[in-house]
Amino acid sequence: MLEVRGLRAGYGGTEVLRGIDLAVGAGEIVAVLGANGVGKTTLNKVLSGLVPAAAGEIRFEDRPIARASAAAIVEAGLIHVPEGRKIFPNLSVRENLVLGSYRRGRARRGANLERVFALFPRLKERARQAAGTLSGGEQQMLAIGRGLMAEPRLLILDEPSLGLSPLLVEEMFALVKDLNREGLPIMLVEQNVVQSLDLASRAYILENGTVALSGAASALAADPALRRAYLGL
Amino acid sequence: MYAPQILIEAALNGLMTGAVYALIALGLTLVYGVLHIINFAHGALLTCAMFAVWGASAWLRLDPYAAMLAVVPLMFGAGYALQRCVIGPASGGSDNNILLVTLGLSIVLENGLLAIFRSDTRTLDSDAALQVVEVGPLLLSTPRLIGFATALAVTGLLWLLLERTDTGRAIRAVAREKLGARLVGIDVDHVYAVTFGLGCACLAVAACLLMPTFYVNPRSGAAFVLVAFTIVVLGGMGSIAGALVGGLVVGVVESFSGLFLGDSLGQIGIFLIFILVLLVRPTGLFGVRG
Repeated sequence: MLEVRGLRAGYGGTEVLRGIDLAVGAGEIVAVLGANGVGKTTLNKVLSGLVPAAAGEIRFEDRPIARASAAAIVEAGLIHVPEGRKIFPNLSVRENLVLGSYRRGRARRGANLERVFALFPRLKERARQAAGTLSGGEQQMLAIGRGLMAEPRLLILDEPSLGLSPLLVEEMFALVKDLNREGLPIMLVEQNVVQSLDLASRAYILENGTVALSGAASALAADPALRRAYLGL
Repeated sequence: MYAPQILIEAALNGLMTGAVYALIALGLTLVYGVLHIINFAHGALLTCAMFAVWGASAWLRLDPYAAMLAVVPLMFGAGYALQRCVIGPASGGSDNNILLVTLGLSIVLENGLLAIFRSDTRTLDSDAALQVVEVGPLLLSTPRLIGFATALAVTGLLWLLLERTDTGRAIRAVAREKLGARLVGIDVDHVYAVTFGLGCACLAVAACLLMPTFYVNPRSGAAFVLVAFTIVVLGGMGSIAGALVGGLVVGVVESFSGLFLGDSLGQIGIFLIFILVLLVRPTGLFGVRG
């Protein structure tokens, strides 16, 4: 589905990604984990065409996308729900969702809107409200809903649990599981190591711009080095 | 004190002029609201549009209102190209640079016009300016009435475009959340250029409405843009409704201060209001606190 080989990227003279290799297969949940500042968000930005790749290869459904524009990548169905939601605060909830299908999925916009409203009844109640007035959890739902409106072939979720209460975090991870059960492959980029490893089939641990560890999520969860570094055990 | 008929006529005349002011302010406020730049080339672009209307009339014998069909797409295209090929690339993403680029652009445009047309003042040679319609006891100038109706209609159309179409939603989305916009596949550079083009299209409509009763020389746009800046501040930076209401208010104020203080002091009222608004409500009538 998604294959990344030897990916390098950065800002100005600072290299953030120093050769990343990873892959997401059809139907998988793959977790990309790591502390703040290891390059997770940069990786997402390169994958979605917001930051150019300096070197390396990105293939999505066997097509090279490392040099593609953000719009072309959305068009191909690689949808990125960003860290910090980045919803349109001045637009209504409904308009935010409608714009989710600006580039892709326009033909079935009405049906998809009903689907998102069925998934998040709270958004339906607030359809006419300005998105900026929603609570943090609702904004996260809106960001995911907006992503779903584009009929993703692969969904990248960047820190969906950030800033949510523990109860909402549970809900968010349950939702990711549900979406995946319907066949949607998901790349989950998280700092929340325990719950992400619980959910994912495979995981990559980033450190300092490279993949430090990778493998089956269950094996990583048992890895003594990882347990020491991230779980404090 | 004047007779009520004169006062009513003054108010109506003010409203009619104000609607065209509103149109000019609309272009300015739209560009500010979305691109977050103050477009110093707005006045020079208005002058260009007015020369285009004059040229269409003098060389092609086109009626100024019919010329709208040609000048509006022309100015939209020119605005799109300017933003895409000049202002965007030259600014390198910094707002301070954009300010300078638009200022430079206005100097280039003005002097270009000066080189081609000299500093002569030109008017349309038609008698449309003198036509009036009788409404009960009132005499209203036909071109101003047409200007009023057209300006309101264009404002309405622009509002519909922004509220009801994907392009309009994309414009409003880009105004506040560029990164999010790119992640839903919106081409931000394209939206910027479309917005700038729409701003120029507003100027084109205004030019067609102004030319039957006004003159053009290479500096005539500047006077209107000074008023338009006042309107934008009065109505609230970036607000469409604010530009319309602000334009109408400013038109009426100008008309009344002209009536009571004499024509040459007509604009003094506008700037008094401007200062009052800055003191009492700096965000403008429809502005939101940033």
